[in-house]
Formats: sequence, structure tokens, C-alpha cells
Amino acid sequence: MSRYFGRKLLVYSLTFFLAVTIDWMIPRFMPGDPVQTMLSRGMLHAEGLEVMYGYYTKAFGLDVPVWKQYLNFWNALFHGDFGTSVYLFPQPVIKVIMRAVPYDILLLLPAILLSWFAGNKFGALAARSRWLDNTVSPLGYILTATPYMWLGILLSWVFAIVLDIFPIAGAYSFAMTPHLSWAFVGSVLKHWFLPFVSLFLVKFGGWAIGMRNMIIYELEADYSHYLEALGAPRRLVRKYAFRNAILPQITGLSLDLGVIVAGALVTEVVFSYPGIGYLILQAIQNQDYFLIQGCFLFIIMGVLLANFAIDIAYVIVDPRTRLGMVGEGA
Amino acid sequence: MWSWSRVCRLLAVLLVLGLTSVLVLGQVFPRNETLYVSGAAWGPPSDWNPFITWSKANTTGTIGLVYETLFMYDPLTDTLIPWLAESGRWVNANTYELKVREGITWTDDNPLTANDVVFTFQLAKMYPAIWFSPTWNYLQKVTQTGPYEVTFEFTANPLYQEWDNNLYNIAIVPMHIWQGRTEQEITSGMNPNPVGSGAYKYESHSEDRNVWVRNDDWWGTRLLGLNPAPRRIVDMRFSTNTVALGSVIKGDVDLSNNFLPGIAHLTQWGYVQTYFAGPPYMLSANTAVLFLNTTKKPMDDPDFRKALAFAINTPEIVRVAFADLVKVANPTGLLPSLEKYVDQDVVARLGFSYNPSRATAILASAGYKDIDGDGFVEAPDGSKIELEVTCPFGWTDWMEAIKIIASSARAAGINVQDKTPDYGAWNTALTTGTFDMTLNNWAGMSNTPWTLYNLLFRHPIQEIMGSGNFGRYDNPQMFALVDQLAATPSSDEAGMKAVCSQIQELMLTEMPMIPLWYNGLWAQWTNTCWTNWPTETNNNPIPVAGVSVKRLPSTWSGYWQMGGLLTLTQLQPTGACP
Repeated sequence: MSRYFGRKLLVYSLTFFLAVTIDWMIPRFMPGDPVQTMLSRGMLHAEGLEVMYGYYTKAFGLDVPVWKQYLNFWNALFHGDFGTSVYLFPQPVIKVIMRAVPYDILLLLPAILLSWFAGNKFGALAARSRWLDNTVSPLGYILTATPYMWLGILLSWVFAIVLDIFPIAGAYSFAMTPHLSWAFVGSVLKHWFLPFVSLFLVKFGGWAIGMRNMIIYELEADYSHYLEALGAPRRLVRKYAFRNAILPQITGLSLDLGVIVAGALVTEVVFSYPGIGYLILQAIQNQDYFLIQGCFLFIIMGVLLANFAIDIAYVIVDPRTRLGMVGEGA
Repeated sequence: MWSWSRVCRLLAVLLVLGLTSVLVLGQVFPRNETLYVSGAAWGPPSDWNPFITWSKANTTGTIGLVYETLFMYDPLTDTLIPWLAESGRWVNANTYELKVREGITWTDDNPLTANDVVFTFQLAKMYPAIWFSPTWNYLQKVTQTGPYEVTFEFTANPLYQEWDNNLYNIAIVPMHIWQGRTEQEITSGMNPNPVGSGAYKYESHSEDRNVWVRNDDWWGTRLLGLNPAPRRIVDMRFSTNTVALGSVIKGDVDLSNNFLPGIAHLTQWGYVQTYFAGPPYMLSANTAVLFLNTTKKPMDDPDFRKALAFAINTPEIVRVAFADLVKVANPTGLLPSLEKYVDQDVVARLGFSYNPSRATAILASAGYKDIDGDGFVEAPDGSKIELEVTCPFGWTDWMEAIKIIASSARAAGINVQDKTPDYGAWNTALTTGTFDMTLNNWAGMSNTPWTLYNLLFRHPIQEIMGSGNFGRYDNPQMFALVDQLAATPSSDEAGMKAVCSQIQELMLTEMPMIPLWYNGLWAQWTNTCWTNWPTETNNNPIPVAGVSVKRLPSTWSGYWQMGGLLTLTQLQPTGACP
């Protein structure tokens, strides 16, 4: 088993190194100059611009050769320094990200987990009930096929403007500062609800369809027919089918959890909800090398950790993996 | 096995812990004391440092509400308003004497004196990264000549026009707080919890808002009798204009300074109010200019540039791209607030307007004709003309505008295509001079026509043109005229007009760039909770510090000291909001 995980770790470290290198390279290959972009927003005096351009290029460490910037980048990274944001100058990138991340987790964690549970449950049921299959499946297809942006705008228009029962923007009332009271908690929930529901609906459709199709496939598999032929009760056959069908769903779940820091980009734009998705969009538009790097570093780590978690989860839930490892060791 | 009740209990504990970790002394703002504004911020607040001017968009109010300037300026009546300064005057051609108003205090109760003014200017002398440090190219010495008296001594040729501009843009900081700071803290520090002298104080912020609370001990109330009406100002940041529009319709926002294309309809239906009741609804804030790259053929030919000016269907841009919220610019490019500097005679003789037949006539007489029969003209030397007009991707109104520019140019026989690169790429092409033609509007409301001409005819021509003359129009005669304007005292209005007239004559003859339309001072508001907003019919001059001035309905950074703050002092609660 240690050999199995040792090899996995090596592959992950290599992937991490390559991904982070690409993450460092891509913004630098984009045409444009972040310092120039930053200063151009200030409508500055022309004489001043020249001097300031030099000063801030140096401050951001962009005045040295590219290979040196790359080495400096790794050096700083190992010291836990993500650099300073250009777009949100002079805030350190790590602070910008840490301030935004809680909103993403608050939104995505419940949406991902609840939609996964509910989607699998309904998908599995739909595979066995004609009535459910005729209602849940088309609904699921419609939900997953709906352009998310459109669904979000529709929800926001109907519930926030026409019916006026939910707020249209923000993470809590603009008339409040955070404090511990029922009014504040209520305000947070009220602002959270529409973005959450929009994410939940779309994800729910995807999970439900996936599970339904997998169950039908597994029930048609040879082992199911063999079990049935042996006279096993239907309950038992279904139990085995479910255990096999859930495997790809687990993979999907952990990949979804892997991008938790950035998975709500469109939601945050449509509902004007704070979070890292909106920051990534702005960082790219403003060519903020450091903020782009920082955000994608979190995504890379998230995806790798999620993959690692799948590897472990498979060892636990899928006996075949365990058997495979024994065979390998022998 | 975990029971449900245990899980629930754990979640509850976590929730409480999470809430207490962000716990500050929280409160709910009463609606009738709070003004909700939007449209200034485009990102989370990042600093409260008045010397980092380019980030002030995200924390508008740092300059204007917290830190204040020596003067304010009213562009509608062209009046400098003595503010932190009680008076200021040129005692001779290169000495300026300033009297600081007595009785002003910082929010930590220390008095604001001549010391603080001298210190602020000295900072720019020490640290070139401060935006107004170029002032020291012609400023020689700043001395404190009394507890409230400051004397500025200049070299032989002070830039009078720029100096006036500085007077209402440089924020004065308290010496007793800033003198112990390092260069890095001053030029790149976040300056949290700023101590200023202004009408409002920083209260709190989060990812999508800034909250300012009234300074009840403000000197302006004591010395000038001005009372800012809202106890709190909440500046809201929305992700898109769609959300901003929704918030306006819901009544969540009192004053929105976002560009919202549908406002003309909302005004007519009575949802919101704007400065003018009819088109263009908004005051004009800056000029959109089509810069032509004069280093490329055929844009190096004045006849070609002129033909293009007549070919562009600007009325269509106003109607389609902006839904009547902007207005066609004067051929000189000067804003309506600077109209007195427009030489109407020059404009009548040399001005241009949309006239496609005139465009084709100019092209034909200059030797541009369609040789290969593709419907587009070739240059007199027979080479093909294929040009691009650009603006940054995502600027939807401008994207629509360049489409119309391209199609109307094609209609006149000039092959122009519209392209929308990312902002970064656009900015690089702009400053390094690799574009063909592009839109730019970096000269806003100002006390002097020099601001616009400094953008249009920035010189000398350098490898990177970061702040003007992007088309690299190289004409020593024009540069000399702009320099002459810069060195004309602002009291010499006749002298300014004379130079402006020569600049306009040369500009409209050579047509190195084409002013197209005025972008608006986007502002729409409701009268639900707050009323007495400035409009065309409700903006009688009010007496402030010995002068009579008008108000502007704007919360943008740089506009607080141009009538934005005075709007706050004249607001009245309607009482209709609980």
C-alpha cells in the first residue's frame, strides 16, 4: 500500500510543479502590461507616470529577467508569500483570497453536498419507477441543459424584482454591519438563498441524470443478471448495482469539491455575491499576474487534494482497488 | 455512530463560533439617516491612502469625504471655492501666497495648520512616486510664513493652469500622523482607519461596500454653516450594471452613478430622476475622442483624417449605442462647461459634422479612389487601405459605437473593421502606438481647457505615450501653443481664449484626432427617501465660503470636490422612509 501511495504522491508532486509553472506562465504570455494598466486608471500627470511606472515595476519585481522572476516566484512561494495584488494594490494576494474564500465555501459546500445527496437519491429512485422517471428525468435534463447565466438572471428577476421577496445583491443587508443577532443571521440566509438555489438546481439535474443512467446500466450488467438467475432478492441486486453506480458519482463529487474556491464564478456575477470567482474575472481583465497566480494555485491544490481524496476513498469503498494493490505487492 | 442531534448540536456550535469570529459591535442603519449610492466602486476596497490615486475608484470618498483639498471647484460656474484654504493669490508672477483657514481640526482633534500643507507638498518633493511630484519641476520652495500662512515660490515659468488643477486635487494629510512613516508606507501603504479633516469618517467596509459615517464635529458646519444631511453613506459595489439597474428599480439605491442604458425610459416612466428631464438626461463629464495613428498610412494625411471626421455617423452612435444618454461633441472636443473657450468663428469655418457626401468629395479630391472595384478606396499611391478601430472588450457601449464608426466609414468607402481586444492588450497598443484608430476619454471635467489639450497633444513624443497624444501627432507649432496655454495665468481669460483659438484653428485644419461625443456624468436617483437633488431646474447657486456655486450629482472619485459634497449638504430626508 505504501508503494501505491508513494507512486501517487510522486505523480501529484510532478503535476503540482507543472501546473504551477503553467499557472505562472500563462498570465505573462498575455499581451499587455499590468503596471501600465494599473496606472492608466489613475489619469495621472504625464511626467509622473514615467517615474511611477519605473517605481512600481520594481516594487512588483517585474524589472528583472523572466527566468529570475520565475525563480523568485518559487522562492517566495515556499516562504508563503503570494505577492501583492496589482488590481487591489497594495493588498497582499493571500489576504484578498482569504477574505473572499468564506463566501465561496458558504455557497458551494451546501450546494454541492445537498445536490449530490438529493440527486443520487432521486436518480436511483427514478431508475426504478416509471412515474418518477417521467417527471424527474426530463426535469433534470432541462435543468442541466439550461444556460446557468440565464437561469440565474431569471431567478433574480422573478424573486428579487417582480415578487420582491429576496434581495438582489450582496452577502448581507447593506444596512448592517456583521454582528450576532437573529436579524443578521436572517439577512445572511436571505441573501444566500437565491444563489444557493440556482447552484443546487443545476447540479441536482446533473447528478440525478448520471445516477439514473448508471443504475439502469448496472442493472443490465452480467453480474446483475447472474445474481437474479441465482434467485437473489431484488433488494440485494439493487444494493450491488447502487454500490457500483456510486463510484463515478464519488469521482464527480470530489472533483466538484476540488474547485470549490472558484466554482461559483457566474453565480457571483449574476447575484453580485462576493467571492473569489468575481475576483478571478477582474484579475484576468486587469492582468493581475499575482492575483491570477494565487487564485489558480488554490484551484490546483484543491483539484489535487480532491484527486488524492478519491484515491483514498476508492480504496475504502471499492474492494477491487484493495485487491489490485495486494496483487501489485505480490 | 453519530446521531442527528449530535450533528445538529455541532453545527450550531460551529455557527456560533463562526459568527463570533466576525463579531464587531454591529448595528442596523436607520433608513431615513442613510444614503445608499453606487456606481463608483468596481472592486473590493483596497486602501485609504490618498496618494494612491488610481485605486480611489474602489474607495471613493477617501479624497473628498475624509481627506480634503485646499480648494474645491465648481465646473458649472467655473469657480474655485476656498476650502481648507481661506484664500490664495499670486503676489507676483512666481510667488503664490496661501492662507489656511483657521479653526479646522483633524478627526483626532489636532488643529490643521500651515504645517500640514507644507508637509504634504514636501512629501512629493521627497518621493517621486507621489502623483503630483512633477509639480516640483517648476515649484522651488514651500515655506511656512506664519501659523496659517504658506508661501510657494516658483521658477520663472510656473504652469498656472496645472497649479489651479492641483489646488483642488491634492489632498492634505496630517503631518503628526504621516511624518513617522517610511517611503513604502506613504507610497504603497493601505492607511487603514484614516484620520482626515472631512465631513465623513471611515466606519467599515467589506467585499462589496464602503460605509462612511458623518463627522459631527466637522469644521464646515462650524465655519461655513454646511450640514451634510445623511448620517451614513453606504457605497455599494455591484458585479454588473444589470444588478445595479435591478437595485435602482427595487429602490435599494438612492443615487446610482452607473451607466445604465435604459435610463431614458425609466426617467420617462417616473422610476428615476436625472439632471435633464429630456435628452441627453446627463451632464457631460468627458469627451470620447477617436485617436488616429498619424505614424501610419493613410492616417498621416490630413485630408484623409478630415474625410473620416465627416464620414462618422455620430448621431447614430448617440441614438443606438447610448440610447440618447450622451450628446454629440463640439468639433473642438471641449466640454460644455468649458464652452467659453470655444472659438465659434473657427468652428463655423472649419468644424465638421456627419456628412457622407462631403467625406467622399474630400477623398476624391485628395486622390483616393476605388481602383480594384471592391467598393473601398485605395490610397493615392494605389496601395490598399485596411484599417481597424478598437476599444476594450466588455465596454458594451463603446463596442457598439466602434461598430457604427466602422460601418459608417465603410459606407463612405473607407475599409474599417471593428476589433475588441482585452483591456491589457488594448492599453499596450494604445501606449506603444501600434493601433490604427481607437477611442479614449481620459480628459474629464476640469478648470482649464489645458487638461484636454494636454491629453490630445502630449509631448515630447516618447517610446511609450502613457497619458496622451496616443496617435503620436508631431507638430512643434501645436506643442508650442499648448505650452503657451499652460503658462498663461488663469486670471488672464482673454489670453487663454486667444491661445485656445489658435489651437482650435490648427487642430481643425489638421484634424489629428476626432472628438466624437461627450460621455455623461451618469447619475440617476429616486426621491423616495432623499430629495432636493440638483437638476437643470433645481440648481440655483448656493453661497459657500464667499462664492456662489452649483452642485453635481456625483459620487465618483474626484467629483466630491466638484460639487458632489455640496449635493450632500443640500439633501433633505423625505420622512417617507422609516
